[in-house]
Amino acid sequence: MNKVVASSISKKFVMALAGLFLLIFLPVHLGINFMLLKSDPEPFNSAAHFMATFPLVKVVEIMLILAILIHIVIGVIVQIQNWFSRPVGYRSGNRSKTSFFSKFMIWTGGTIFIFLIIHFTNFYFIKLGFIEGDPENFYSVAHQLFAIPGYNIFYWICFIGLGFHLYHAFTSAFQTVGLNHRIWTPVVNFVALFYAILIPAGFASIPLIIWLF
Amino acid sequence: MNITLEIWRQKNKETKGQFVTYKLEGVSSEMTFLEMLDYLNEKLVKEGGDPVAFDSDCREGICGMCGLYINGRPNGPKEGVTTCQLSMSVFNDGDTITVEPWRSKAFPVIKDLVVDRTSFDKLIEAGGYISVNTGAAPEANSILVKKENADRAFEAGICIGCGSCVAACKNASAMLFVSAKISQFALLPQGKVEAKERVRALVQTMDEFGFGNCSNTGACEAECPKEIKLVNIARLNREYYKAY
Repeated sequence: MNKVVASSISKKFVMALAGLFLLIFLPVHLGINFMLLKSDPEPFNSAAHFMATFPLVKVVEIMLILAILIHIVIGVIVQIQNWFSRPVGYRSGNRSKTSFFSKFMIWTGGTIFIFLIIHFTNFYFIKLGFIEGDPENFYSVAHQLFAIPGYNIFYWICFIGLGFHLYHAFTSAFQTVGLNHRIWTPVVNFVALFYAILIPAGFASIPLIIWLF
Repeated sequence: MNITLEIWRQKNKETKGQFVTYKLEGVSSEMTFLEMLDYLNEKLVKEGGDPVAFDSDCREGICGMCGLYINGRPNGPKEGVTTCQLSMSVFNDGDTITVEPWRSKAFPVIKDLVVDRTSFDKLIEAGGYISVNTGAAPEANSILVKKENADRAFEAGICIGCGSCVAACKNASAMLFVSAKISQFALLPQGKVEAKERVRALVQTMDEFGFGNCSNTGACEAECPKEIKLVNIARLNREYYKAY
């Protein structure tokens, strides 16, 4: 049984499911973030309050944290195994035609991980009470962060990384769970492209709109 | 034409190897890549040197023995061919060609460009077969097979086990090879009988030899001389989930 759990295919399957679950959460988070564009802090703070207190959301929150942890831990294990699978590399590199974004998953994933640590420090850990702050006024925390040019540049770099990560992740997850179809796979690839552009662009547009208007 | 070859030379499994440069004159564009290496070896032997060790058998793209990593790609710059089918006409006078063995933990170098392919043999032993009683051939039409399934099984069945997929994959994964074996049998009635045992044994053996995990990069599909498709890997994944 241990061999099944630790098999290469099982690990990728669990990682893909965790990733697909995270894909569902991102549009919800983006929808709440768009409330930052309102001059009234009330809608955003109310949404943040609802997300922090509603019992059903609490369950989803635990699932989300688990999904993030599982996705990261398996991703790192898989990557280390992959590095060990070729102890001596090629001198002439690799000129095979491959999916461009698939080459950098561990690095784009790492970028997202660094962002998450900072993001959690600014918001989630305050909500949990690990760090001091006012969990009822995340609107002003976000606006204060977006007022720092360096933070915005970092924010945009991270979301470019997220876009790169999402495009391959979206298509790859379907293949990993065993779904590859003559008609539907091109549709999934098309949706993945839209998703990987629109979601990060949506997040990245918020500080830009706040700065411009 | 005159070419420069940079070839990986390694005495045996235990010693460290290195690249050695050879200037080769009078190479004909009508030679195959392996004939060019034969030509180099004749020259080396005449000069009292040690010929370059490389694998080959059928030299017509069927046996899967000859794979070499040429200028950053398995089997060189032409798609859909094995190394023995690669013509020197794809190179130009003055070119420098880097020749390396397959690189994978599961394919250790034995000598120069020759790798130990035991891992693939063990995979075939683990699940690259169906168990049937020998005897008179049954009536061909007694077990009906959908034409579409027969075609897909055949497309996977033409895998020659050359290892180009492992060589091309950034993770040295054998998923395309294993998936070809799975599809070859899983789509046919005769293969369904042992489907669960087969996929379990193949994946376990693949993991034990230290092949990497599949990242769905598509390099294997791009470099497969028999043009085996990625859709087979999705089928392998499905068959694996069904087996538990």
